[in-house]
Amino acid sequence: MEYQFHWNIVFQKMPELLNGAFVTLHVSVLAMLLGIVIAILLAIAKMNNSKPFCYVATVWVEIARNTPALFQIYMAYFGLGAFGIHLSPYVAVLSALVFINAGYLTETFRGGFQSIPSTQYSASKSLGMSSIQTYRYVILPQMLRRIYHPMTNQFVWSILMSSLGILVGMSELSGTTQRLQSASFRTLEFFIVAAVMYFIITKLVLFGSSLLSRRLFKGEI
Amino acid sequence: MISVQNVHKSFGDLEVLKGVSLDVPNGEVVSVIGGSGSGKSTLLYCINAIESINSGKILVNDIDVHSKATNKDKLRQKLGMVFQQFNAFPHMTVLENAALAPRIVKKMSRDEAMEIAKKELEHVGLGDKFDVYPTRMSGGQQQRLAIARALAMKPDFMLLDEVTSALDPELVGEVLETLRLLAEEGMTMICVTHEMGFARDVSDRVAYFHQGVIAEIGEARQVINEPQNELTQKFLSKVR
Repeated sequence: MEYQFHWNIVFQKMPELLNGAFVTLHVSVLAMLLGIVIAILLAIAKMNNSKPFCYVATVWVEIARNTPALFQIYMAYFGLGAFGIHLSPYVAVLSALVFINAGYLTETFRGGFQSIPSTQYSASKSLGMSSIQTYRYVILPQMLRRIYHPMTNQFVWSILMSSLGILVGMSELSGTTQRLQSASFRTLEFFIVAAVMYFIITKLVLFGSSLLSRRLFKGEI
Repeated sequence: MISVQNVHKSFGDLEVLKGVSLDVPNGEVVSVIGGSGSGKSTLLYCINAIESINSGKILVNDIDVHSKATNKDKLRQKLGMVFQQFNAFPHMTVLENAALAPRIVKKMSRDEAMEIAKKELEHVGLGDKFDVYPTRMSGGQQQRLAIARALAMKPDFMLLDEVTSALDPELVGEVLETLRLLAEEGMTMICVTHEMGFARDVSDRVAYFHQGVIAEIGEARQVINEPQNELTQKFLSKVR
């Protein structure tokens, strides 16, 4: 028996797929931005050794890095639902991704900070720079270079992982594909196109990030 | 003038400075020699308040360095410091390295800061390296950059912490030559060094540090050539 491909139906539904792709990108970008902000705070908390903050940060990082993303999305959607907190699929997936991104990036940032030799701080100090100036002009720019690629990877990861939105009925690319294929029975066609779209999105992100890095980082490390 | 008065400094149980006193009037170059762990470098770190002190007093231009009321960031503008490790800012060009502090600390305009930076870089012989990144330069060039970067803040004093110790032997000369130039121009300097020839020829006085105290201090030639203290004699016979 031979499978007959029917692509027409897929092209007819292209606007819906593109809309799904947009939601995927949207939720990943937001999850990344919020994740970065929280990760900076958690990294500072972990490095300062201030007991309660350090404890919260450690628990956060350990859970985020050592439990499946699926579990975290379920907890945000069904788990909180059991306590009467009903998040929309979008918000549930977003919070789970933020939670995970923050967990992973905390360790990335901490490693980044610790990779800057302490002599860079003494040199800046000896020139009369304040702590804020030292971080702003000397430490952060160097750290950003070192964590740029791990951060890009995390972003790509979070784009792909947002496909778990399918499980809580979110209308991102995977969820949309799932809905369209079950209405048309063109399973293979829809999922092939969705896979190609994921591929294109991540490649574009990687390309954009390498362009940006060339603009941002003219010096060498 | 830098005036160090009976300074004690401990790291935990380890007392590194055990009552050090040293006056360095303007225009004088003092070299500090001694074995490792004798407290030489710690003294420099205490003078520009990167390290705190346990007791005693350090005055720089009559300002009490370790008083709570002292604005330490401001004070450090008067004290240029160069370290043993090369610590150029690797993400900036040579010119940006030297212009950064004048621009952001002294709030000069970009052009003004660049002009001062260029002048100081030419001063140390890096006039052809403005747009190079420091990682592309030799250790000797990086140390000269560090000197120029400190000079661009127009400091009254220079504190030099074993600036040639991490250099390949063939690069030591160019850095010492730069320091000699500064000395001739009348810069007040405290140099912690293992270069006995430099200590003898360039500095006015030499202080020998032993276990946290100054065991001997005197006119440079005399201390290096005819040390009076037995400890100094022993140390010099070992390093020669």
